[in-house]
Amino acid sequence: MDLQTLTYVVVGATFALYIGIAIWARASTTGEFYVAGKGIHPVANGMATAADWMSAASFISMAGLIAFFGYGGAVFLMGWTGGYVLLAMLLAPYLRKFGKFTVPEFIGERYYSQAARIVAVICLIIASVTYVIGQMKGIGVAFSRFLAVSYDAGLYIGMGIVFIYAVLGGMKGITYTQIAQYCVLITAYTIPAIFISLQLTGNPLPQLGLGSTMADGSGTFLLDRLDQVLTELGFGSYTDKFRISTINMVVYTFSLMIGTAGLPHVIIRFFTVPKVKDARSSAGWALVFIAILYTAAPAVGAMARLNLTNTIQTGEIGSPTGNLAYADAPQWFLNWEKTGLLKYEDKNGDGRIQFYNDKNPDMAAKAASFGWKGNEMVKVDRDIMVLANPEIAGLPNWVIAIVVAGGLAAALSTAAGLLLAIASSISHDLLKGVFMPDISEKGELLASRIAMAGAIALAGYLGLNPPDFAAGTVALAFGLAASSIFPALMMGIFSIHVNREGAIAGMIAGITITLLYVFQHKGIMFIKSTAFLGDMKPNWFFTIEPNAFGAIGAIFNFAVALTVSKLTGDPPEHIQALVEDIRVPKGAGTATGH
Amino acid sequence: MTLNASAAAYWKANVKLVSILLVIWFVASYLFGIILVEPLNSIRMGGYQLGFWFAQQGSIYTFLILIYVYATMMGKLDREHGVEED
Repeated sequence: MDLQTLTYVVVGATFALYIGIAIWARASTTGEFYVAGKGIHPVANGMATAADWMSAASFISMAGLIAFFGYGGAVFLMGWTGGYVLLAMLLAPYLRKFGKFTVPEFIGERYYSQAARIVAVICLIIASVTYVIGQMKGIGVAFSRFLAVSYDAGLYIGMGIVFIYAVLGGMKGITYTQIAQYCVLITAYTIPAIFISLQLTGNPLPQLGLGSTMADGSGTFLLDRLDQVLTELGFGSYTDKFRISTINMVVYTFSLMIGTAGLPHVIIRFFTVPKVKDARSSAGWALVFIAILYTAAPAVGAMARLNLTNTIQTGEIGSPTGNLAYADAPQWFLNWEKTGLLKYEDKNGDGRIQFYNDKNPDMAAKAASFGWKGNEMVKVDRDIMVLANPEIAGLPNWVIAIVVAGGLAAALSTAAGLLLAIASSISHDLLKGVFMPDISEKGELLASRIAMAGAIALAGYLGLNPPDFAAGTVALAFGLAASSIFPALMMGIFSIHVNREGAIAGMIAGITITLLYVFQHKGIMFIKSTAFLGDMKPNWFFTIEPNAFGAIGAIFNFAVALTVSKLTGDPPEHIQALVEDIRVPKGAGTATGH
Repeated sequence: MTLNASAAAYWKANVKLVSILLVIWFVASYLFGIILVEPLNSIRMGGYQLGFWFAQQGSIYTFLILIYVYATMMGKLDREHGVEED
């Protein structure tokens, strides 16, 4: 069977599985639609959370980011895992004890205010919608690249699949599909990672292979070899390359951590487990399942980088035959050139490929003495580090087909979780909570399905017509969740003194200052010409880069909320009693929607 | 002990436990993985430089252990203070 047919078969089989689950796991009550009836085992929820959390970006792009950033890629590794510690210890058990359906619902009740609830809904929708656009794009790209289907058609197919299981099954259908999607994506990630590690180091575990010696008998450690090769080519040492300053690394990592803990589509997954103690252990299980991929990613990044470099730089640097002749380029090289992810330009006309850092003045001078006329790999897309891995490692076609299915599983599972967070905030928080409090259970269930269908249509539309700001959106989503939702939730649990006025002022201050800072440097809604302060380092506040600003926004949120609360007095008795109640696990019943 | 006093003691113990665990969380990621990465890199662990290992591997393993310890210790606290779920 050729690769194309095989890919259709594997992707088709996974889609059939998701639809089968959708038919089996239909939701018949709002409790099932919003929180899967609170009956999900903590290990199963951990697995679903891992799929919910790991997006197309984690699956396809992260290893590539690490491959090119080297040590600096640690921002993403620590930032996107450390948030689970905060989630487990500061939020999840207490919100589960509270026992309602949505994040804005907690904020509305804890701060006894419809206004606070509406502000939370707005923050949630902005953060989730910006995030979902990236997933829809990922689905379209995967289809167009591997299945010879146009981007638009691929997007419609993806929307159709999500529509079936999310509208029918709500959280219940999404949970079971996410479990299946986790299995698909982790298999797809692990198989090529094991093989590339075996080939380079002889150690089947990528996590250990990264610290092992090369399998070529030289006795050199893999990372030392990588450092040496990249340094010689002018890229700088891999293991201690700082992309950004120490202060930026700290602030950026912190923004990603509290953003992770504050993203509603992750938090609501912990409403689906039966007990408070399950919420604690489930966060641990989620991190176990995430860590399997996140500890393999740095190995995949480093090894793929070494493989790519070794493929091109076959001999001594500077010797006339030290570089790969284009005529001898392996098939995968030509395949990926066709997709435009790799681009080669024979600048010095010697028929060989030179891949080095021509922006490094020392290296450029040395290269000139070899007769090189600039870096000839004019484009190396980062995504290729994961996508081309099976081919570089010479693995059979079915592995490539599984990697495609894995990428789609990662995008679909995250999209569905985000869409549920959006739909439930509309049908439960806005419709039932604010506009139609007397709506019946049946009416609300119907409304939630319509809201889900609407959210899918909106996400699809934005995927087909990505707005200008789509490029900067993931950083924005984290910044918003970090600066608005996380502080409001944490103070709601850990302080009895923070009141309505404080919380609302804090959320608005946090989100406003974050948006202003991002917009003034990146342009309003990321339109470059409207960036009134310019994307220049001298204008940065304490040299903090805009992507990392969510943490500063969060600090403003905390400071404003605490100050305003101090000036306006403690919240009423029954709210203080509510806070005391969510702090102890005893008495956690099943979720209610009232 | 009255119920309120017991709940207050439980909360105090909880906050203390979380504070200790978050100090370790900070040390493993921000201190060892970022702030002290350069001095730690002079220590080798097999093919890994220690600072690099903390940044790309060790911090994640530490996070896992922290959540495990938290869940176990909280279960114990729940029982000691009689606030566990039915």
